[in-house]
Amino acid sequence: MTLTQTPMQAERAETIYEKSKPGRRAAVLPDAEVPETPLEQLIPQHLLRQEAPRLPEIAEPEIVRHYNRLSRRNFDLDSGFYPLGSCTMKHNPRLNERVAALPGHARLHPAQDPRRAQGALELMWLLQESLGEICGLPHVSLQPSAGSHGELAGLLLTRAYHAERGERRTKVLAPDTSHGTNPASVTMAGYEVVKVATNERGGVEMDDLRAKLAENAGEVACLMLTNPNTLGVFDENIEEIAALIHETGGTLYYDGANLNAVMGQSRPGDMGFDIVHVNLHKSFSQPHGGGGPGAGPIAVSERTAPFLPRPQVVRREGDNGHGPFFDLDFDRPQSIGRLRGFQGNFGVFVRSYAYILSLGADGLAEASETAVLNANYLKAKLADGRAGERLPIAFDRHCMHEFVLSGKPMKDQLGLATLDLAKRLLDFGFHPPTVYFPLLVDEALMVEPTETETKESLDAFAEAVERILAEAEDDPELARQAPYTTPVRRLDEVRATRRPVVRQQLGEPA
Amino acid sequence: MAEATYPEELRYHDQHDWVRIEGEEAVFGITWYAQDSLGEVVFYDPPEVGASVQKDSSYAEVESVKAVSDVIAPMSGEIVAVNEELGDAPERINEDPYGEGWLIKVRLTSPEEAETLLSAAEYRKLLDN
Amino acid sequence: MLAAIGVDTVAELFDQIPEPLRLDRPLELPEGLSEAEVYERLAALAARNADAESEVCFVGAGMYDHYVPAIVDAITSRSEFLTPYTPYQPEISQGGLQVMFEFQTAMSELTGLPVSNAGLYEGPSSVASAAYLAIGATGRRRFVVSRGVHPHSRETLATYSVGYGAEVVEVGLEDGLTDAAALAAAVDGETAAVILQSPNFLGAVEDVGALGAAAKEHGALLVVACDPMTLGVLEPPGAQGADIALGEGQPLGNRLDFGGPSFGFFCATEEQIRRMPGRIAGETEDVDGRRGFVLALQTREQHIRREKATNNICTAQALNALGAMVHLAWLGRHGFRELGELLVRRTAYARERLAAVEGVELLHAAPVAREFAVRLAAPVDRVLDRCAERGIAAGYPLGREYAEYEDGLLVAITERRTRAQIDDLAEALGAAIAAERVELVNQGLTNSTEEALG
Repeated sequence: MTLTQTPMQAERAETIYEKSKPGRRAAVLPDAEVPETPLEQLIPQHLLRQEAPRLPEIAEPEIVRHYNRLSRRNFDLDSGFYPLGSCTMKHNPRLNERVAALPGHARLHPAQDPRRAQGALELMWLLQESLGEICGLPHVSLQPSAGSHGELAGLLLTRAYHAERGERRTKVLAPDTSHGTNPASVTMAGYEVVKVATNERGGVEMDDLRAKLAENAGEVACLMLTNPNTLGVFDENIEEIAALIHETGGTLYYDGANLNAVMGQSRPGDMGFDIVHVNLHKSFSQPHGGGGPGAGPIAVSERTAPFLPRPQVVRREGDNGHGPFFDLDFDRPQSIGRLRGFQGNFGVFVRSYAYILSLGADGLAEASETAVLNANYLKAKLADGRAGERLPIAFDRHCMHEFVLSGKPMKDQLGLATLDLAKRLLDFGFHPPTVYFPLLVDEALMVEPTETETKESLDAFAEAVERILAEAEDDPELARQAPYTTPVRRLDEVRATRRPVVRQQLGEPA
Repeated sequence: MAEATYPEELRYHDQHDWVRIEGEEAVFGITWYAQDSLGEVVFYDPPEVGASVQKDSSYAEVESVKAVSDVIAPMSGEIVAVNEELGDAPERINEDPYGEGWLIKVRLTSPEEAETLLSAAEYRKLLDN
Repeated sequence: MLAAIGVDTVAELFDQIPEPLRLDRPLELPEGLSEAEVYERLAALAARNADAESEVCFVGAGMYDHYVPAIVDAITSRSEFLTPYTPYQPEISQGGLQVMFEFQTAMSELTGLPVSNAGLYEGPSSVASAAYLAIGATGRRRFVVSRGVHPHSRETLATYSVGYGAEVVEVGLEDGLTDAAALAAAVDGETAAVILQSPNFLGAVEDVGALGAAAKEHGALLVVACDPMTLGVLEPPGAQGADIALGEGQPLGNRLDFGGPSFGFFCATEEQIRRMPGRIAGETEDVDGRRGFVLALQTREQHIRREKATNNICTAQALNALGAMVHLAWLGRHGFRELGELLVRRTAYARERLAAVEGVELLHAAPVAREFAVRLAAPVDRVLDRCAERGIAAGYPLGREYAEYEDGLLVAITERRTRAQIDDLAEALGAAIAAERVELVNQGLTNSTEEALG
């Protein structure tokens, strides 16, 4: 199929370095106002850089045009449906940006004396309390910068807990459906991963769990789960699972990626989890930013509370009739220590706290209800027609906030891989769902609509899938060569990885 | 290599690896099925000459863009040669998995292990299931 | 919708959660508020913080009150950069991927090392990530770290090292600089990495090339944390033999934000490319020969390699790296260098002014670039309080993390700190120290009077 190019396709991707012209610049700097001492009189010559680094030389209007044009080569959540399973791409309220930009938050130095940062510390404390209530675990640290950072924290807490009891444990159990960060974090925390099988209902295979616990008796430090899991189903055996792991003295870790399904409905702490991480960039509306920033605060039970990272934000009773005082508590002798600089991604806390204030108890519960409703509705739509035949649901039961389809029949019958369906969806103006995860499902397609999508949006997506499958019945090649209308078409990833080019070759220094 | 082939003179391991026995030495590689599942190979880092390999254990990794696969030793031995060319041309593993795509050559330590391996016909049957 | 699903109520969809686990009460959180009310609450909280708009900020310690130009906000607040996910579908993510590529190029150029990733969380955890890489590269589990490295970095490394099963050995400072003899003695054949920082936490510019020789001799990696704002005027770590150069990226295009979000930059030699943590954008072509960018070398990462991944990082700090790139483009080649020169000169001026103040002396005389340390002849926290009353955040108290410098104060300079403000600082410090001394004398007089009368 031949097409004339779209304007964006015709436009060659030029980097900002290629738009540079010697002598151009944007910045006007203030006068030094101090003596212009030659630098070599202040710092030894051999420690000085001889040539100015080859940064772009470009004027401000051109910088703005360059990045504006670049931005239009991105598809984003504000522009369309983004049903990435496990990512919770819900709407990012702009109010959050406004409050995060208030100078009192934005221009506050992290080392400011706590007495002069009471607003910030109180905000952190209030967020901690809120997350503790939502998770059903009272002790919260906001320090981890992302979900996987929270995972590492949880595993190090577990290590400290067992070390204090004089126990040496070496293994961590995780289901074969777990997100890749789980086993990666396990290795970084110095443990070995042991996989646990999934049963035909999509939950943990209990016999296998018992077997693995028995085989590794005394060695299992932790079981890492998410509930609902990456297949979008709630594991109804969770209480028994918790009992089994606790019996052996291990901790039960909750990957909070799927918290959006259960806010105000059920709490990980009540399910028996000891340690929970929360992805603020998922359930709590922090914008994804094309790959961060986010935050991964952890909420823990009494068992591991003494080991929480240092410093902790605490509330102290005021004296002399003053109100309470919020402080950074460094006096935590059993703490695992720091995981990062200062106290965490505060700008993210501001946004998430604003979100929690906006929704409130009722709003959060409603968000989860609607997320689950939307997912089940879309799942029902995709169970009809061609999608029902070619993209059957991997586990046939009500899902929670996300569901997984298998593209195997589509591949066998139409010669279309899940990848091809995803690429053709791009031409229809949708971001595709997550593909090829979880690994357990052949040609997996993981769909999470979130609560901020309308019924019309979901219907439109289901229709697009139907049309693509209909197209493929006549001409599967169409999807195999898709996309056609995006700024670039399918890219040669083999070449990028075989002979990586990871920076621009800049011209010789002047 | 476009068509699935499984040369008769080779022996096969159920983890999709082949052996060509040459007296006291043997050459190992991955089968057509393995390279087809992996996709275009982008990286292969050969093990060291002199290292020993253990039957049923991994001795190296083969990478495609989206996957990493352990390569399993069908038999035990000491590595006497590795295919250095694959550093610059890993795609040979896809193009000629039984010839230019060979991975390592070993001096066998337990030749009787060959009896546990599959014939081409048996391996094909395994794939059909 | 319920009809399509085949249920009567939404509640039925939650039946898969066993009854005992259902929360049978509303969350104990306040009811939702209107946007205006939320704004008021957040504004009220913000008003209780002494920020750099209400105080003159001389506090550094890794994060600095630089001027972030308005176009950074304009660009980073664009929906197309703010709201998408990680670029797993490159055809519709060319904007984000190209930004990463440009950013990688810039950081590579600044640090003098050919390979850069697209950013990590912040400075200190980047040090811990470098340590993990060094374990993979050398098979060893011992790190030698200078006490000149940021205390948060050292503490973070210690925390992570428990998981790594690694040993951390600290080498002390002498006259503000890493003790070279002690460093050489500490490095051995079991050392995976030698970790330095320049300028170090006390602001001193270290001779990384000379110090690094010990690492080279024993086959250990040389890891250097650096301040990106100084890389226009200081010799970059790559030119001094570093295997890895990294650091806190906040000064580039990012606000103070009470400590985050910012980003960590991480650059290395070609040899380490397959062990790099974090996302890396690579250039390629599409089926029609168009230039494009993709996430390269994904087999390093957790979503493919899982337990054998080079790191567990998934979400990082992409938007913050974009801010950095825009800021660097705005400063430009010559603006960036000029800014560096301005920082060095103003810092020299500030150091001279402060050293001349009664009760203030330099903690060390080593060359500095944008931050320096002094000793005060009065309790640091009381001096800081008095300065705060005058609307000046005079610096970072060193005694917190360096028991040997209980009377130490770290003073940071940015292009926002004018000569007049520096003069004010000198005056304020002098006045505060003098006032404290008077208090002390008075207290002493009171004590002796009491004694005499008692």
